Order: sequence, then structure tokens, then C-alpha cells
Amino acid sequence: MAVVFEKPKALTNVPLHYCPGCPHGIIHRLVAEAIDELGIEGKTIGVAPVGCAVMAYDYFACDMIEAAHGRAPATATGIKRCRPDNIVFTYQGDGDLASIGMAETVHSAARNENITVIFVNNAIYGMTGGQMAPTSLPGQVTQTSPYGRDVNHCGWPIKVSEMLATLEGPEYIARVAVNNVKNVNNAKKAIKKAFQNQIEGKGFSLVEVVSACPTNWGMTPQKALEWVESDMLPYYPIGVYKDRTAAKEGK
Amino acid sequence: MAELVLMKGNEAIAEAAIRAGCRHYFGYPITPQTEIAAYMAKKMPKIGGVFLQAESEVASINMVYGAAATGCRVMTSSSSPGISLKAEGLSYIAGSDVPALVVNVQRGGPGLGGIQPSQSDYFQATKGGGHGDYRMIVLAPASVQEMASLTIKGFNLADKYRMTSMILADGTIGQMMEPISFEDAEIEKYEKPWALTGHENKRKHNIVNSLYLQPDALEKTNFERYERYKVVEENEPMWEEYMMEDAEICVVAFGIASRVAKNAVVAARAEGIKVGLIRPITLWPFPTKALRAAAVKCKAFVSVELNMGQMIEDVRLATECKRPVTLCNRAGGMIPSPDQVLESIRAAQKGE
Amino acid sequence: MAKVSFNTDLCKGCGLCVSACPKKCLAIDTNQINKKGYSPAVMTDQEKCIGCAFCATMCPDCIITVEK
Repeated sequence: MAVVFEKPKALTNVPLHYCPGCPHGIIHRLVAEAIDELGIEGKTIGVAPVGCAVMAYDYFACDMIEAAHGRAPATATGIKRCRPDNIVFTYQGDGDLASIGMAETVHSAARNENITVIFVNNAIYGMTGGQMAPTSLPGQVTQTSPYGRDVNHCGWPIKVSEMLATLEGPEYIARVAVNNVKNVNNAKKAIKKAFQNQIEGKGFSLVEVVSACPTNWGMTPQKALEWVESDMLPYYPIGVYKDRTAAKEGK
Repeated sequence: MAELVLMKGNEAIAEAAIRAGCRHYFGYPITPQTEIAAYMAKKMPKIGGVFLQAESEVASINMVYGAAATGCRVMTSSSSPGISLKAEGLSYIAGSDVPALVVNVQRGGPGLGGIQPSQSDYFQATKGGGHGDYRMIVLAPASVQEMASLTIKGFNLADKYRMTSMILADGTIGQMMEPISFEDAEIEKYEKPWALTGHENKRKHNIVNSLYLQPDALEKTNFERYERYKVVEENEPMWEEYMMEDAEICVVAFGIASRVAKNAVVAARAEGIKVGLIRPITLWPFPTKALRAAAVKCKAFVSVELNMGQMIEDVRLATECKRPVTLCNRAGGMIPSPDQVLESIRAAQKGE
Repeated sequence: MAKVSFNTDLCKGCGLCVSACPKKCLAIDTNQINKKGYSPAVMTDQEKCIGCAFCATMCPDCIITVEK
């Protein structure tokens, strides 16, 4: 018998601190698998965010840095500009990337900074206990929108992939999900492509991963994945929003 | 004889940084320091370096944080309101023990303030500015020559102690032109085994981080950092003494204020007043020993500042309040005249 | 013939592997409590397992190894 599935080498042996059923672990694994398959662990430098994935620096076996809240793309820019031959990625949640760090996100995309951004969108602030995120859905009940997100009061959720795709700058913007096996496998392909693009010097590649937060959504892990399908994906459709190379090649 | 070149203070900082081996500059425009960015924008692409105009001061300091974590010599520059925005990054850089050079060409505040020279960020530079227990080495140039030499020194000290060196200048020195020499630039090299370079499967992964959720672990990093700061306080204070040999009155001033104060000291000497000047060159570490020694023989101190009286607190602490310390100041972008300082010296002489 | 093994001590009992299994040969064993205090996932019928690795694909804690 041969091993057909095991933990990727680019993940350390530190047990993940995430809640039971939290897809962060799946997404970590996909990133690590991409790093393994591309053989780049030795030259990869990862940037951890502030949020649930704050301790990602302990989980990825490559060199890591912990950035200030929202500033991961700026920190990654500093790293990449000093060490253009290294592979630099950020791993950020919705509050980090789309709220406090929106300027850093947009401008690193506009500069076509040659980095890979993994954006985990689970429509809530997990680490602080379930507050409204910039991607919380209209009507979504959170700790800070206890009567449901009222768009007349606090505005509309931000569709990051659609927005960034309007920029000239970025190379690749895709939205994937991790709510079932098929979507996880597709997410893996997109993440690997986002790293491959960087290796080829193509520039800014962002993969938005629609994820779940069973704990703060108040659902079982299974129910949360069903809610991704029924409520999240209609608002945040899966797809490739920008692929400059493919567009050039007329694909 | 070293070759002299005529340069603007801000440009001297930029040229010195390049000579110190800095090849990465991240900044955001703000008056009165934009010449630094302009100089870097022109020079860096021609020498294989990187000049990048960030989307904000916040982004630029976090770019510096990332660059510093790779072990590169890196800098940013700004002026007062911009430094407030960089405070977040300064705290992270301190908490992660990476070296960087940050320039503050001060303007009047608070708020948007003005664009005229000021020294009102003394507290911000020497007492924190960002959150948490940390220090920065604060260097206060008083001439265009020192803008250059302290920039080089600042990079060396930052690498040596794995911390931020701040050049605390002001709009006057930033904008003025003087002949300077770069000949004695000494570039010190330090090993950086902590740097993020990719582990190349040859070592355990490096982590640059300031998060420690276990309070005992966090406390340990703080204590260790302050042990390092103690060494800085012991070894690195710099100051200039002028006519202090027989001084009974001691004027204390840094940066542009010290040049006005020097004129006043000369004028007071002409009147027969035994007065001297101590000019702190490092504001942190503060030249406490020099002031403590002065307090033995001087009967009064005058702190000359372009603010509402900030360094005066350190003068009082250093002299342990053994002698009266008076304040001679202007604020908001105004500069005291030599006559105003002279008047303060006369008053100190009379014991007023 | 396929084999699924769990690093049981690290299982958080979320059950995502159970619902992903097309052969319904996994379960949360409520009679067991692991080191973390969770009832872990277990194989209930090894014979049925086809080694598709759907369980491992959905496992957020990367505790499943699949051999075939």
C-alpha cells in the first residue's frame, strides 16, 4: 500500500488552535500542499495576519513574519522588494484584508506586487468573538449587528474579488470555496496557480476563499458548510475574476 | 582635506543613507522632508535600489518592517503628523527586534499644525509614541554635516542593537544648505541570523514576531530587550560641551535650538557671564552623566526648546532637581532669537 | 484495499470527515474521549473504505493519513 494522502511537509507539527470544524485548517493545508508540490518551502516567506490566523507563523514551516492588523500586503511588499527571488505570501481574513487593511490590499494589487495573497472570507470577525465583518451578509446576525446587518445603517458587504478585478494592476483574482470536496480540490488548484504566477514573475495573485465560522455563526461544522452553499456563495460566486495571462492568450 | 559638497539637510540624509548601504526606501510625501523621497526616487533606480512611494505612512512603515525583517538596511522618512501614523509600525519593529532607520523632520503641532520647524515631537520620539514598553535611539543633528554623519551612525546603531534609530531633525536643518564631507563614513556590518531569507532547508524556520500570548513569555522578551537598552544607555550617549569648563550657568539645547543658544552663550560671555552649553546629540539615550556632572558645578540650567518644554523634564531628571531649570522657548514653528536666550541666561545668572 | 488512519489525539470531533465519506464508514465515537477532550472520528468498517481521501480532504486538522 502506498500513502495517497498525508499531512504536507510545509506544515509544522504544531497542533492547530482553531475551533473544531474551522476550515482555516483546510486552507492552511492547501497552501502547504502548493508549497510542497512547487518545491519552494526553502525560499518561501509567509506573512501572518491579525485575526484567527494570527499564529499561522507557528504552523507553516517556511520563514514567517507576523504583521500588524491589515498591513500584511505592505509587510510582504517590503520583504519582496528586498528579496525578489524569494516567494512571499500573505494569509489574511476578511477584517484584516477588507476592512482595516483595504488600502494596503488595493494598492499592492494596483502595483501588481509580485506576491500571493490568500484571503479567507468567512463573513465574520472570528478571533474577537463574532463581530460584523466587511463581508458579513445583509441581514446577518453578529455580535455587533444583533438585529441583522442593516445595510441602511452600516452599508453593504464588499465583494473584494469583483472590486480588485476592476484594477489594471493584478495578474490573477479568483474566488473559491472550501465547503465540499470538489470545491476544496478546485481551491487547491487556484492557490497553486497563485504561487506559480509568482514564481513566473507574473505579479499580484489573490485567491479569495469563501470559508465558514461554525463557532461564531452558531452552527455545527456541517451546517456551516451548508450555509456557505445556500447563503454565502449566491452572494460571493465562485469564479476567476481576473486572469491576465489567460485573457492575453484568449482563453 | 576631505572634499566638501554643498547640500540641503534632507538631501544629506538621503545621500548618507545610500552610502551607509541602504538600498530600500519606503515613504509618503509630507512637508518639510519630501526632498529625502525625491532624492531617493532619483538615485535608487540607478544603483539597483528600491524607492517606493507607499499609499500611506502606515503602509510605508509596515513595508519597512517587512524589509527590515529580511536583514536589509531600510529606511523611511516623514514629518510629525506622518510619524504619528507610523507609530504602529515603530511599536511592531521594536517588539520584533528588527533594525530600521526612521527620519522625522519635525514641524509644528499638534494636529495638522504647520510646516515650520519645531521640536515638539521630543516626547513622542524619546518616550514612546507607539504602544508598549520600547525605546528608540534618537539622534538630533544640529547641522547638515550631522544630518549625514548621524544617519550613518543611526544605521550602525540600529543593526548593532536590533532597534529603530530615529533622526529627529527639524524643518530648518532639513531645508538649509551647508558644505559637508562624507569621507569618514564608517559602515559597520553585523550578522543577522534571525533574518527572513528562506530557510533553504538548512535551518529551522525563522519567525519575526511580536505576539506572545503567555504573559511570562512576553515579560521575558521585555526584560531581555531592556537589558539591551541598558547597554545602549551605558555606551551610546553622545553630546557636545561648549564653554563648559568654568561654566556657572548651563544652557541645554539640541538641534537648531543649540545653534541659537551657542550665539547667546558667546554674547553672554562677552558680558562676563560664565555660561556654557551642553548639546545632547542622542536624546535617547539622554546624556544624563554629562548633566549630572554639570549640576555639581553649575548653579542654574536653561533649557532652550522649540516646543512648550519637553526636554526640560529630562534635564530636571538628569540633574535630580538639584538646581533650578528654566525654560526658554518658542513654539508652533517660531524660533527663539539669540537675544531671547541671552535674556534667559541673564535671568538665570541673577537667580531668577 | 485502502487504509485510513487517524492521529486521534489531535482530532476535534468536528465530524466533517464523517459527512464527507461517500461509503458511510466513518463515525464519531461518543464512547471515547481523546486527550483534547473530544470524541474522535473512527473507522467503522475498513472493508468498505475505497481510499478516496474525501475524509482527509475535509479534515481541518490534517490528522488523517490515507493509504491504498
